[in-house]
Amino acid sequence: MSAFLTQYAFLIIPIIKIAILVFIVLTVDAYLTWIERKVIAHIQARWGPHRVGPHGLLQPLADGVKFIFKEDPLPAHVDKVAYFLAPFITLMLALTSLAVIPFGPQQFTVFGYRTGIGIAEVNISLMVLFAITALAVYGVALAGWASNSKYSLLGGLRSSAQMISYELALTLSVVGVLLIAGSFSLREIIVKQTNPHLGFLGWNFFGFSSETVGFTQIIGFLCFYIAAIAETNRVPFDLPEAESELVAGFHTEYASMKFAMFFIAEYTSMITISCLATILFFGGWLSPFPTTPFWHFTYYLPSVILIPLGLWVIFDGMRYETVFGRIVLPGVGSVMVAIGAALIVFPVVNDNIQGVFWFLAKVFTFLFIYVWMRGTLPRFRYDQLMSFGWKFLLPVSIANVILTSAVILWRMH
Amino acid sequence: MSAALVIFFALAALAVIGAISLILQREPIHSALSLIVVMVALAGLFLLMGAEFVAAVQIIVYGGAIMVLFVFVIMLLNAGEEERTNFSKLASYAGIPFALVVTGFIAAAIVHSSSALPAAMPKGTLTDTRTLSTLLFSDFVYPFELTSFLILVAILGAIVLAQREN
Repeated sequence: MSAFLTQYAFLIIPIIKIAILVFIVLTVDAYLTWIERKVIAHIQARWGPHRVGPHGLLQPLADGVKFIFKEDPLPAHVDKVAYFLAPFITLMLALTSLAVIPFGPQQFTVFGYRTGIGIAEVNISLMVLFAITALAVYGVALAGWASNSKYSLLGGLRSSAQMISYELALTLSVVGVLLIAGSFSLREIIVKQTNPHLGFLGWNFFGFSSETVGFTQIIGFLCFYIAAIAETNRVPFDLPEAESELVAGFHTEYASMKFAMFFIAEYTSMITISCLATILFFGGWLSPFPTTPFWHFTYYLPSVILIPLGLWVIFDGMRYETVFGRIVLPGVGSVMVAIGAALIVFPVVNDNIQGVFWFLAKVFTFLFIYVWMRGTLPRFRYDQLMSFGWKFLLPVSIANVILTSAVILWRMH
Repeated sequence: MSAALVIFFALAALAVIGAISLILQREPIHSALSLIVVMVALAGLFLLMGAEFVAAVQIIVYGGAIMVLFVFVIMLLNAGEEERTNFSKLASYAGIPFALVVTGFIAAAIVHSSSALPAAMPKGTLTDTRTLSTLLFSDFVYPFELTSFLILVAILGAIVLAQREN
């Protein structure tokens, strides 16, 4: 048995990790829709979902059941192959791109197979991500073309044009980071942002890393984030599905699970982009605090956040009459308090979750910014979108590359 | 048969099937999709040879950028199904035998000189990006710049051709 495991560890361990990651990501996707609806509702002075479960917490589950049981009609004269292929391509690529993201600094050996937190770490992780982004256009374009509908076709055309235009700016905006790190590996990029004495100032966004070649990438980050929002077709760049003009754009003719696939893919690519922004510009799993012994008390931050939150969940659950409120919420709250207490009691465990904790904290901040923008900004006009991408974002990204390389050259001499 | 060989034949079969499907499909979009399959299969073959950077660039440039433009143009022009015309006489009598002869000739040349073929890379090593860029910008800098210049000329030519109407 052990020999078998040692021989096939390279196959079995990734499969287990993929299953776990897909489960986590789909759950996060589902609750991201809940967070989005809640946050936008509160921005607009509404309550948002609050009927299904306490605070509407079971709404994602209800939505999922609805998606599965809805009728899935096939519109007339669609191109069947492309029509069925499009949602699969979109979802597959969105999930695949998460494979190269390292979620934590630890590397361990299981049955002689060296692995880390994250599915695969390749030398050219960033190139792989861009390759997947480059292919992601097809899902949307095909969906629009195959549906045999004017709205879908216009949405698909807009989307392809938008993604082609903003991909250039997206790729060029990270060149500054690549020049500083000297590597395409995401792990290497994070490690290069370490600064033991200045903490968060070492991140590429601020550029005071312990290496001599650092230079602030604020311009690069702004270009990257704007282009990334355009790549994920989110507000204010959601022209492919502008509901007031195109009904629902490229997925107008899709219903039931096939629509849900587009939906899940959109949220998954939001997660990927947030991870990428975290890794490239905000130090990935690095803590914002310096690593000197004085700052060691910040290691208790996860507990400080988890325990009061857990207590509040217990207290909040008591007010509900339903089973879910009375039993499940206090249960979840107790587990959170228990985890928080365990982290204080076992410092070894606490040291090991620091990386993942900071990584997830940053990723959720970016996800919140996505939602925040959706609640705040109006949509671009189509010609504004194109001129902004080509005449502003692209030149600025190129200028950032030239500036960064000049500074690096100057610092090296 | 080793795992690498199995993967090689799977990818090669995928590439060939994609190429044949590219010719046989009547819907232009389906042909374009088949071409994307060929590109991705070729990227897989590059990866198998240890050229991971080239593989990624193959997908980004050919699979992504260029083929997206193809698909975009086909969608924009809303190109309909191709019409089947009769084969020209010359193609049916001379074309297929000629294709077979050329294929046979190339295959024979490869089989006979397999020992003389220089191995691109020692087995199991990866060309890292640093080595590649050092080679590109030192030893091969003139061919590289000349190629860029050639492409620039082609772009200018395309612009001139497109502008002639106005």
